[in-house]
Amino acid sequence: MDDINTLRRILGENRVIAVVGLSADWHRPSYFAAKYMQEHGYRIVPVNPRYAGQPLLGEPCYASLRDIPTPVGIVDVFRKTEDVLPIAEDAIAIGAKVLWQQIGVKNRAAQDRALAAGLDAVMDRCVKIEHGRLFGGLNWVGVNTRVVSARRPRGLAY
Amino acid sequence: MPDRAFGIETLCLHAGQIPDPATGARAAPIYQTTSFVFDSADHAASLFNLQTFGNVYSRISNPTVAVLEERVAALENGRAALACATGQAAEATALLTLAKSGDHIVSASTLYGGTHTLLGVNLQKLGVETTFVDPDDPANFRRALRPNTKLLYAETLGNPLINIVDIEALAAIARDAGVPLVLDNTVPSPYLCRPLDWGADIVLHSATKYLGGHGTTMGGVIVEAGRFNWGNGRFPEFTTPSPGYHGVVFFETFGDFGFTMKARMETMRTFGPALSPMNAWLLLQGVETLPVRMDRHCANALAVARFLADHPRVTFVNYPGLPGSRYHALASKYLPKGASGLLNFGVRGGARAGERFIEAAQFMSHLANIGDAKTLIIHPASTTHRQMSEEEQRRAGVAPDMIRMSVGIESIDDILWDIDQALQASAKA
Repeated sequence: MDDINTLRRILGENRVIAVVGLSADWHRPSYFAAKYMQEHGYRIVPVNPRYAGQPLLGEPCYASLRDIPTPVGIVDVFRKTEDVLPIAEDAIAIGAKVLWQQIGVKNRAAQDRALAAGLDAVMDRCVKIEHGRLFGGLNWVGVNTRVVSARRPRGLAY
Repeated sequence: MPDRAFGIETLCLHAGQIPDPATGARAAPIYQTTSFVFDSADHAASLFNLQTFGNVYSRISNPTVAVLEERVAALENGRAALACATGQAAEATALLTLAKSGDHIVSASTLYGGTHTLLGVNLQKLGVETTFVDPDDPANFRRALRPNTKLLYAETLGNPLINIVDIEALAAIARDAGVPLVLDNTVPSPYLCRPLDWGADIVLHSATKYLGGHGTTMGGVIVEAGRFNWGNGRFPEFTTPSPGYHGVVFFETFGDFGFTMKARMETMRTFGPALSPMNAWLLLQGVETLPVRMDRHCANALAVARFLADHPRVTFVNYPGLPGSRYHALASKYLPKGASGLLNFGVRGGARAGERFIEAAQFMSHLANIGDAKTLIIHPASTTHRQMSEEEQRRAGVAPDMIRMSVGIESIDDILWDIDQALQASAKA
């Protein structure tokens, strides 16, 4: 489920991203990705017990997914592979639509659990890199996006 | 629906460019601008922090140059690419990103003269030492490894010796040593050989040659496969905060295109050998027809090689496409569509006869380039390799009487005619 059409649909349908394991340190990848997605029109919901109750990227941070009082589309996981299964259970419990495991995070059991519960599931990919790849931006740094198309993009994503 | 794996002919035309979002222009627009406006102070900060993708200054990135970068990355089946002002700039940028003072490189001795000088003289002055080895025995690379070795280097198809390296064997040695295999793939072009598919980690191009293909424009490209583990302990500059870019950890932040980002944001940004948008656009026009040109270059070169092999005024011919070539087996494996357009041969009568051959040519051009659509000839010992001693020339495979020919796409009968009349003239003292 990581072909171009599916990823475009996932990133197009969902506008709220809970970032599990978001760091407050500006040069950590989780901060990079969250700040980028926020600048591209997504609402970020920080999830990290270390910063619970404090604002991060201007949004209140929650200790766990189950504490978030509003609906969540994508659960974006910046945690160790072995820690993902309970996060998948939480994602299902709160009615999230997508379990997204970041680059290097590859918990197949969590992926299968999310799929079985009817969620979309993406593994071992970066939400920022995929957004830039499919909606424009990543091409500016010479990355092979693998996009081949003769259609003019309808909106500017950047 | 799974993503389609497009063929290389399609990628030559489409990779890296979709119709312009602002205007719908089908051809790649030429963004001839030095700089790009920021939307706000926060946007500027995000761009400088690399938190968002975007253009700041054309020394670092430019949308027209980016089309060429992505297209060549796609042709090489790589993850990402960085374009540079020339092929030499691409080599220097790649090597300065990988090696610093106190480091060591193991390189094939069979190199373009400018590369030999870059490694043996210029990088040496910066404290990077290179050991040159005979690439015909890949084990020579293993034997030359040191604890501070940072990369293995070779040309896929060496210029001007026209030798072919065993890419898989070199890749295995590099993998065991935990260092990247860096190959200059200029002469085959990605249409004839994709070294990354055989295990190389980084490919370099002088786009001036076959990629551009028309002898109009200088350019270079660095392509990264995206598979190398920069976190293996040998490359702390990739896994610790960068002093050259305010603390970014390139491998952690950019993963499988971390090398390209480091080369762009540190080496290109500070040393500055950027490709101009106009030159990127000219090179893109060439890339569109790369497959059809390469097929003709290969067919013409094979016909020329056969003609020379039978010619009484020729002492030897090196062309890997000839069954008698010592590199024929490697050519069959790595260059199944053809052995490219370069060959060399000896003119009976030695260096003086070689000079007479060059002076007698009617439309074959005497100049120091390869990979033009036109047929080109040169005498390497007195031109491209003249900085070397005769002993170094011999080790680089340059015989005193050797002519290097870059066979063009003129009518083959005309090419053979010009060669024959020049060979006849070479016999007249």
